[in-house]
Amino acid sequence: MSILVLAELDGNKLKGLAAHVVSAAAAWQQPIDLLVYGSQVDEAAKEAANLSGVARVLVAQADHFAHPLVEDVQDLVLSIAKEYSVIVGAHSVLGKSVIPAIAARLDVSPITDVVEIHAPSIYVRPEYAGNIFSRIENHQSLQIVTVRNTAFRPVSAGGNAEVVSISVPASRALSRWVKEDINHSDRPELGSARVVIAGGRSLGENFDALLSPIAEKLDAAIGATRACVDAGFAPNDLQVGQTGTLIAPDLYIAVGISGAMQHIAGIKDSKVVVAINHDPDAPIFKYADYGVIADLFTALPELDKALQ
Amino acid sequence: MKVLVAVKHTVDHNLKPFVDAATGQVDLSQARRGINPFDEISIEEAVRLKERGQVTEIVAVAIGGTDAKDSLRHAYAMGVDRALLVETDARLQPLAVAKLLKVIVEREQPGLIFMGKQAVGEDYGQTGQMLAALLGVGLGTFASGIQLGDGFVEVTREIDKGTQTISLQLPAVVTSDLRLNEPRFIKLPNLMMAKKKNIETLAASELGVDLANRFTVIKSSEPPQKPGAIQLANVNELINTLRKAEVLQ
Ligand SMILES: Cc1cc2nc3c(=O)[nH]c(=O)nc-3n(C[C@H](O)[C@H](O)[C@H](O)COP(=O)(O)OP(=O)(O)OC[C@H]3O[C@@H](n4cnc5c(N)ncnc54)[C@H](O)[C@@H]3O)c2cc1C
Repeated sequence: MSILVLAELDGNKLKGLAAHVVSAAAAWQQPIDLLVYGSQVDEAAKEAANLSGVARVLVAQADHFAHPLVEDVQDLVLSIAKEYSVIVGAHSVLGKSVIPAIAARLDVSPITDVVEIHAPSIYVRPEYAGNIFSRIENHQSLQIVTVRNTAFRPVSAGGNAEVVSISVPASRALSRWVKEDINHSDRPELGSARVVIAGGRSLGENFDALLSPIAEKLDAAIGATRACVDAGFAPNDLQVGQTGTLIAPDLYIAVGISGAMQHIAGIKDSKVVVAINHDPDAPIFKYADYGVIADLFTALPELDKALQ
Repeated sequence: MKVLVAVKHTVDHNLKPFVDAATGQVDLSQARRGINPFDEISIEEAVRLKERGQVTEIVAVAIGGTDAKDSLRHAYAMGVDRALLVETDARLQPLAVAKLLKVIVEREQPGLIFMGKQAVGEDYGQTGQMLAALLGVGLGTFASGIQLGDGFVEVTREIDKGTQTISLQLPAVVTSDLRLNEPRFIKLPNLMMAKKKNIETLAASELGVDLANRFTVIKSSEPPQKPGAIQLANVNELINTLRKAEVLQ
């Protein structure tokens, strides 16, 4: 039996997630089919076929996949599910929504947010906002899984998979896409940036003015705490943590961030953590590799200058 | 229109859990419990819809032991009209919970079902999606805003780089994110009154649902502690150190 991996598109391009999920799926050492769905899939299908470790790219093209809705993706996967013993998606907004729905229709309990796979049926996943890691044995013959992409090294390019078109079930039209408000930014994407600098609510109204020049010099993405987002100092897509984006940069710089456990849950996989805080007892220093005890309003301009 | 809100009585979100070395399982025997924060947000949203005259009845349903009644009383104190406990002492997994909720939905016939996007604890984050799929209705996960219309609900959801709005035919399942609203503060007299309200109880084992666990937690562990930060005197020293460690060019 083979493995089905769900890809995701950003516009007409393949999201980088796919390379991580394919890498996770390689644990089973079975042929991998990568499912690509969209309204214009030619470009993404080529990118998908180029990922090493992919046996076949299944292409499902339909107008209603321009903005994929959970019910439509569910029906598409259900139409081919019986050929697979393992179905894997990313633990992304779409993956988290659609994988449990697919699983329920197949009378399967999914294993979500997996960070380690010991094929065929043992997993490790975080619980309690990352304070606990549990080893789970899945007793079901069909394994349905979402994986935390930062825990799996992406596969490289250089594959040459066969591309196969599959037919798309008609939409049940239970839901309809209305609109999207996307915050455009020239900075690297938060979820995949090599460097992230994040601020807490203490940065106040000057959040962007304080962090932007430094982010520019470090080619870093900017992140924020929930308290900072809730106070209206940063847009919500910058939130890092359990209920925001999970990140795993090479360097994470936390400025004026207390280090609440829900925040830490999102940065645990970072390689090097730096904290700048004026409170020597701030919990963030327990998780950081390097600390500077300083007032952020003087430390940030200094940092900016030092990087010039 | 009737709204159903699912409520989980779960561990406090400030809890720092620990593993019992003898069993290798998380020890929750001393853990403080209360209503799952995401479910509180769901109740708040339902109550606001009722206050605006768009909803006529709110039913809260919990699945758990008798201690889950505390969370249902909390729901009463916030303004729900009826509370239902599907009683079980077993630690059910999300698929079983979704199947039980399906039975309740079929009995109550709500127009809208609110759930939290996840419960604090195991952080599975699955049940709402599974319930929608089992019912064959539309799903709006990670809701940060909703607009109820005639026969449909518009849900604004938090996605990677912003927000997305989708419209779902009713009935539908919506899962609440933190920014949907800020739940009201409960006044003591409301909590006292809630104590007197009736909680209808059904036995989970009598609802004709397969409650078997599908996976086992073999062993839990706490992640290794970091040794703590190396404190540097100032920002310049920080940059020098990062350059030396080749973290920065
Ligand atoms: C269910 C749930 C989910 C949550 N999910 C998330 C999540 O995903 N992400 C998240 O971030 N939070 C989340 N939270 C919130 C979290 O618990 C904290 O409240 C939040 O992270 C705190 O943000 P903060 O560090 O900006 O603010 P605070 O905790 O108020 O900390 C401010 C820090 O700034 C320091 N400071 C103040 N002034 C200065 C100065 N001049 N110079 C230097 N340092 C200064 C202080 O010493 C302090 O350490 C969640 C909470 C719950 C209940």
